[in-house]
Amino acid sequence: MTTLTVTFTLNGKPVSLRVDPAARLLDTLRYQLALTGTKEGCGEGECGACTVYLDGLPVNSCLIPIYQVRGHRVETIESLDPGALEPFERCGATQCGACTPGVVMTAWWIREHVDLLRTHSIRELMAGNLCRCTGYDGIVESVAEALRESASRKREA
Amino acid sequence: MNVMSPGSVREALDLLASDGAAVPIAGGTDLLVHWPVRVEAHERTYVDLSRLDSLRPLRWTADELLLGGLTTYWDVIRDDRASQEFPLLVDAARQVGAIQIQARGTWAGNIVNASPAADGVPVLMAYDAVVVLESRRGREEVPLDRFYSGYKEMKRRPDQLVVGIRLPRRRYSYQVFEKVGARRAQAIAKVGLAITRSGAGWRVVAASVAPTIRRCPAVERLLETGTPIASPEALRPAIAQDVAPIDDIRSSAQYRTHVMAQVLYHDLGDFWGKRA
Repeated sequence: MTTLTVTFTLNGKPVSLRVDPAARLLDTLRYQLALTGTKEGCGEGECGACTVYLDGLPVNSCLIPIYQVRGHRVETIESLDPGALEPFERCGATQCGACTPGVVMTAWWIREHVDLLRTHSIRELMAGNLCRCTGYDGIVESVAEALRESASRKREA
Repeated sequence: MNVMSPGSVREALDLLASDGAAVPIAGGTDLLVHWPVRVEAHERTYVDLSRLDSLRPLRWTADELLLGGLTTYWDVIRDDRASQEFPLLVDAARQVGAIQIQARGTWAGNIVNASPAADGVPVLMAYDAVVVLESRRGREEVPLDRFYSGYKEMKRRPDQLVVGIRLPRRRYSYQVFEKVGARRAQAIAKVGLAITRSGAGWRVVAASVAPTIRRCPAVERLLETGTPIASPEALRPAIAQDVAPIDDIRSSAQYRTHVMAQVLYHDLGDFWGKRA
């Protein structure tokens, strides 16, 4: 099998590895780099369980060919502060956990880009993360709570 | 699987010219769907466009908006001027999928994927978009409403790349995009409609009701007469001339025709209501 070398920045550190050119970013993360926090759900870009950041934007890693991340910046759920999960646990927005890493990734992105809420609702921004256990009100409330906490922490600082 | 990663448009066009079966890939949001089980797709040669940065930005000139061959939905959503002058582009971009798709999916990719249920194509067509194709043999421009010739059939030759999409800047007295799906988010359209009215006349573009996205000339002619439509039923004869819906996994022909008439009637009611 021909392989190709990809070099990119993963969770702040440079990585360089030989990959199958047919691998998706998701496959490389999970099976080559053992970063199994990123989940595969639908495999067609609908459910958002495989959400990671590519150059700072949430993307479905099941739809990214590995050769397209060369020279780019990727962040996975493993890079986030574990505290990012707390509001979801408090609001009953977690159950089986399959969607949770993706949900938390999108939620954290919103928290880091609150200006988006001038034009978008939390619900619209979270629409790319499907959850079949808890329903969505808890998820939306968790994101709202995370935003309130982040704002009050900024005020105190 | 063979991957070519050209560093310039010129190089990309050389690759497409030398291998007629090579597949250009931009955001991958269509080509990578169910990738692991689509083994036949792993046998192809891909021309990765992701390094062609010159195709990424959208540009405004005095009389045009020019989307690049790699301009994404998110690029348009984040452009303040686009929401003022081409609000339907932003409406469609916000419904094509959520941020994960908006960040990767490109307008040009939506055109060449040629889905009859596309969200980006109807609004581009309602704004009289022109597809700019480039190959080693030169540049060609095709109006989007003449780009498709049948289901997944289009005017792009294998050696041509969509390098841009031109949209004339006009004053619109009416514009609306409607998408009817199984739910509000993350759905594929059962019926889509993009309607505009400008000095150039009415444009009524329908999605998911024919083998291609298409304009509805009979409905447009009816609207040009200026006579208010009495009921959704009054639109049916024109709709029947313009579209050919089918029963499929997402909907039925009967439902699609019914919904198209209802939505069109209510939108036009809004238009005439506003003018009164």
